[in-house]
Amino acid sequence: MCGIAGLQLKNPGLYPRLGELVVPMLDVLASRGPDSTGVAVYRSDAPAGTCKYSLCAPRDGYDWAGYLAALEAAAGGAHIEFRPQGRDAVIVMSTGSDRGPELLAGIDPSVRLFGFGSAIEVYKDVGAAAEVCARYGVAEMGGHQAIGHTRMATESAVTTEHSHPFAVSPDLALVHNGSFSNYASVRRTLIAGGVRFDTDNDSEVAARYIAREMAAGADLTDALRGVMKVFDGFFTLLVSAERSFAIVRDSFACKPMVVAETADYVAVASEYIALADLPGVDKADVFEPMPEEIYTWQA
Amino acid sequence: MAGLTAIELSCADMTVRQVNQALRSLPDGSVIRIAEPRGRHNIAVGLTGRLDITIAGNAGYFIAGLCDGPDVTVEGFVGWSVGENLMSGSVRVHGNASECTGASARGGLIAIHGDASSRAGISLKGGTVAIAGDAGHMSGFMAQAGTILIGGDAADSLGDSLYEAVIYVGGKIRSLGSDAQVAELGPDDVRLVNEVARDAGFSHISAEDVTKIVSAKQLYNFDALKDQKY
Repeated sequence: MCGIAGLQLKNPGLYPRLGELVVPMLDVLASRGPDSTGVAVYRSDAPAGTCKYSLCAPRDGYDWAGYLAALEAAAGGAHIEFRPQGRDAVIVMSTGSDRGPELLAGIDPSVRLFGFGSAIEVYKDVGAAAEVCARYGVAEMGGHQAIGHTRMATESAVTTEHSHPFAVSPDLALVHNGSFSNYASVRRTLIAGGVRFDTDNDSEVAARYIAREMAAGADLTDALRGVMKVFDGFFTLLVSAERSFAIVRDSFACKPMVVAETADYVAVASEYIALADLPGVDKADVFEPMPEEIYTWQA
Repeated sequence: MAGLTAIELSCADMTVRQVNQALRSLPDGSVIRIAEPRGRHNIAVGLTGRLDITIAGNAGYFIAGLCDGPDVTVEGFVGWSVGENLMSGSVRVHGNASECTGASARGGLIAIHGDASSRAGISLKGGTVAIAGDAGHMSGFMAQAGTILIGGDAADSLGDSLYEAVIYVGGKIRSLGSDAQVAELGPDDVRLVNEVARDAGFSHISAEDVTKIVSAKQLYNFDALKDQKY
């Protein structure tokens, strides 16, 4: 099953309430996916020229002070700001996304990088939505857009790493409801082209594919067109970039999706019930997106 | 209904099960308004009374499914399978509908005043599905009996593997499914389309101008020796 949800705010007056609006959406969708929960929150709160890195600690009580000391020594005078988030942390660093991931991996490879970019922060873990969101204080977070996922695992293990979203290139995140059937073949092709993977999850393959296409110059719409050509299986995908998000459904469209749009926001979710608490949603234009059509919105 | 005071139920302070139990206990002729549906699934299912029910807002899956009698109006959007397996009565949606509108309905009327998504009228068994706007792909798939009226456009594979159900389309058809074909429109068809449009409350249908889709009946009998492939 799995549940997916996204909210993009058009009205900056709502930015401070982003987390407060998104958490109930994910909580409702816990019935579609109780195994793990994840959210990518986009907020432009880092100084210009810096990159935010969402890091997941290998265990509770991890020695972040030691990690930071090692990072400062290795980063050669780069600006580093540490923001603890529950067990995990976001590090804001003047080292850009071209060198940052490698630098961080060198400090302690057991600390996993779940997302990076100028606006994105990724929080994900095993557990139902209410619990995971409370752990990271997602409800208190502001921002201009967020996408989230509640997972009912069907094809790979239930672990923190296997949770969605998959955010594998700057400010890009993907959540997936469904299952790809030819992902092993696509993964082999990508690996042959030099792409590296963190997990054996099918959705990560789509995220890596989109990242590779966009790195080669495609825009998000082009990359999703490629997904429809290359991937076989069932999918409703929600993919976000720094100030945009897009949805696409496979040709059978058996994985649900509802869109509600008002003057203040665009909200998408697997079921309308997840949108029912949004302000003014009773006046929204509500529809189900068509199969094989790419819908995009810009914040 | 004019002159009758509606009984108010609210999904804000009742579970769907409590709402449905309350509906089941009401006598024929009751008028009910269900407030704050909040996208809940399974509202007003399995009812046999002659009730007049209004759902005041957007609702979830299986709304008014398995009903045999009531008239249900939804003031908003509905999720998957509205009026699924309807036996008699009506479901009127003043908004858009998700997939599988009126799936397997044996009787009654399911009227969508907006657009319906994929697989509208799938496996229809005698009911009437009327859509004011567009219908998604695979609509009318394997429909066995009954009538589907699409006021707007139909997406791909309309009427795939159709049996005896008949589909009328006011707008364009992107593609027909396997074994579906266009048939000549006769006076009985025009009469039927006018009747369905009137019952559904549609005023924009020009009955003389619709396209009629029926089964070509080439898939009725499996030919084991076809091309000697089996």
